[in-house]
Amino acid sequence: MPSPDAEARRAWIATLAKAPPARLAELMPELPPHDVLRSPEIGAVMVRGRTGGTGAAFNLGEMTVTRCSVRLPAGPVGHAWVQGRDKAHARRAAVIDALMQTDAAQDLTARVIAPLQAEAAAHRAARAEKAAGTKVEFFTMVRGEDK
Amino acid sequence: MYVAVKGGERAIDNAHGWLAEERRGDRAVPELTIPQIREQMKLAVNRVMAEGSLYDPDLAALAIKQARGDLIEAVFLIRAYRTTLPRLAGSRPVDTAAMAVDRRISATFKDLPGGQVLGPTFDYTHRLLDFALMAEGEPPTPVPSPQGGGEAPGAEAEGGTGLDAPPSPLVGEGWGGGAPHMPHVTGFLNRDGLIEAAQPSDATPPDLTREPMELPADRALRLQALARGDEGFVLGLAYSTQRGYGRTHAFVGELRIGRVAVEVDIPELGFAVEIGEIELTECETVNQFKGSKTEPPQFTRGYGLVMGQSERKAIAMSLVDRALRWQELGEDFTGAPAQDAEFVLMHCDNIQATGFLEHIKLPHYVDFQAELELVRRLRAEAQTMQEAAE
Amino acid sequence: MITAPHAEALSGGFAEAPVQSARAFREILEAMARPGTIRRVAGAEPPARLSVAAGVALLTLCDPTTGLHLAGAADCPMVRDWVAFHIGAPLVAAEAADFALGTWEALQPVTRFRIGQPDYPDRSATLIVEMERLVNHGPALTGPGIELATWLNLPETAAFRANRALFPLGFDCLFAAGDRIAGLPRSTRVEKI
Repeated sequence: MPSPDAEARRAWIATLAKAPPARLAELMPELPPHDVLRSPEIGAVMVRGRTGGTGAAFNLGEMTVTRCSVRLPAGPVGHAWVQGRDKAHARRAAVIDALMQTDAAQDLTARVIAPLQAEAAAHRAARAEKAAGTKVEFFTMVRGEDK
Repeated sequence: MYVAVKGGERAIDNAHGWLAEERRGDRAVPELTIPQIREQMKLAVNRVMAEGSLYDPDLAALAIKQARGDLIEAVFLIRAYRTTLPRLAGSRPVDTAAMAVDRRISATFKDLPGGQVLGPTFDYTHRLLDFALMAEGEPPTPVPSPQGGGEAPGAEAEGGTGLDAPPSPLVGEGWGGGAPHMPHVTGFLNRDGLIEAAQPSDATPPDLTREPMELPADRALRLQALARGDEGFVLGLAYSTQRGYGRTHAFVGELRIGRVAVEVDIPELGFAVEIGEIELTECETVNQFKGSKTEPPQFTRGYGLVMGQSERKAIAMSLVDRALRWQELGEDFTGAPAQDAEFVLMHCDNIQATGFLEHIKLPHYVDFQAELELVRRLRAEAQTMQEAAE
Repeated sequence: MITAPHAEALSGGFAEAPVQSARAFREILEAMARPGTIRRVAGAEPPARLSVAAGVALLTLCDPTTGLHLAGAADCPMVRDWVAFHIGAPLVAAEAADFALGTWEALQPVTRFRIGQPDYPDRSATLIVEMERLVNHGPALTGPGIELATWLNLPETAAFRANRALFPLGFDCLFAAGDRIAGLPRSTRVEKI
């Protein structure tokens, strides 16, 4: 199991990966100087499902993904794997992952991570509400031949 | 026999030029943008992603535009692009029980925990052309929902409803709330032992995009082939089982459409993270089964999982999956096409099929010359024999 | 169970992978096609135990679908992490390896590496042999890709003669020293002089 620190990092990495690239760029337009350990690279991840939803794994198909790793001059290393083919998104997410391991974390959480999480939750809630509007109760009618 | 032919370079260039012109169509009509195709032709985009076997809505939209709406040609473009991508990893199996559902219905249980959610479905439309969609300008006004509980689609955009007041929980009802979790309907039958259990396993599944498919193919390989197989072909096969060619007595135990997170183990981090979300359609059929030499009477299962919103394909896939399982369940082989793994798996890929089919229109001059000579010789021989007989 | 790698293992990959790997592939191809010629490669800064040339060869030839065996001193945490981050090749036993890396001594006995099958001679191992230095002096090489004869300071001759006798089966070798690399495919005849 990941440690509590790793758990927090897992959460912000997922938030950054799922953020709409344009929105992330808006919240974090300027990136501090950094070295690129692995330039943004576009590739594929094979998505797996399970037979019957819970059984043995099978390969469903691939999705595009872009990964990037950077290092800040002070030392922290940031990694990103993001869905899609946006290299700027991957680099930005990697830099923020590195910064989140520094003193800047608190400020970044308030300015970038929390708004992204709130927006994602709102989006999800709006969709869940629409789905709730289509919830239905089916009634079984008594059929003639049952009498 | 294949012999390379030369020539026609200028003709080919001109054909490409004309193709581009025809693709654009009447220049008085505004050009389609990729976002327009992605957002408004979403089900076409979904089909290209599913059969192209690559989840990337923008690329699928581009392929549809480039292919002038020929979806198989678009799938071809996606498959070609896919081969240029390095395979960075395999995901952990997605957890469809944690799906954020847009739609979730069961034909077998009317009161399923979590409820029946219709979602944005064509099911209850009247299949009448809606000429309002043809009219320029304003989109048609949605009809408000007569039921309580929800807003009509589209109403939420006008005012900030819903953000303060939490929506009625679709998930977690009677399941402790918390993280979204909607257990599968078949789980209820499973508790009573009325349905065969799915054996969980974390073994790395075989991958037909890496190793050529060999028969007999195990279920994981069959599901992969069906998931990327041609919707029309899989639909036709599924229909044939319903009409009696390998009948499986299927009910839709559950059909759900929604988004799931994709989680990948990242070596440089040392743990798994969610790298994105994809939309999936999942179908599980519950099939009547009277028992066989090896299995007791119980319900059996067929499974379909498809990228995007594609329920026709998901249902068809689960019917064909179930039909292909005759051997492991000890059923008889009735000679039905849908039971024949070689027939199904070797013919369900529309890119393989179209490649082989369409290649016969390309120059075969030498083959044909040989055929021509053969026919002439046979005719000459026949004539000689006839003359000799007379 | 996976654990996060050493931070130092994260540097030293190709900065411009498409261009650098294409150049390196061309050099390695030349080295294999003309056995005994010594080529120079660049672009990798692998952990100190590895030569630049061995690092370039790994970055260029290996990926998550090729099993890699690290032999002797090459099998250390730093190299393993470097391979995991930049290449993703699974680390495997010698008998299952598509590629193997180490000094000639560490790779012994070389008879344990895969030599392919009659139907698939390509299902064989490529050994990347770390050398002190590479010079065109030593045992004589003749055969395909060599006009008359050439010389290379091979670590021995018997193993390569035995390997040649297996043709069309057998393993192939790359020799790395600093930024220099040379090839010795299974088709080359080797004679002590």
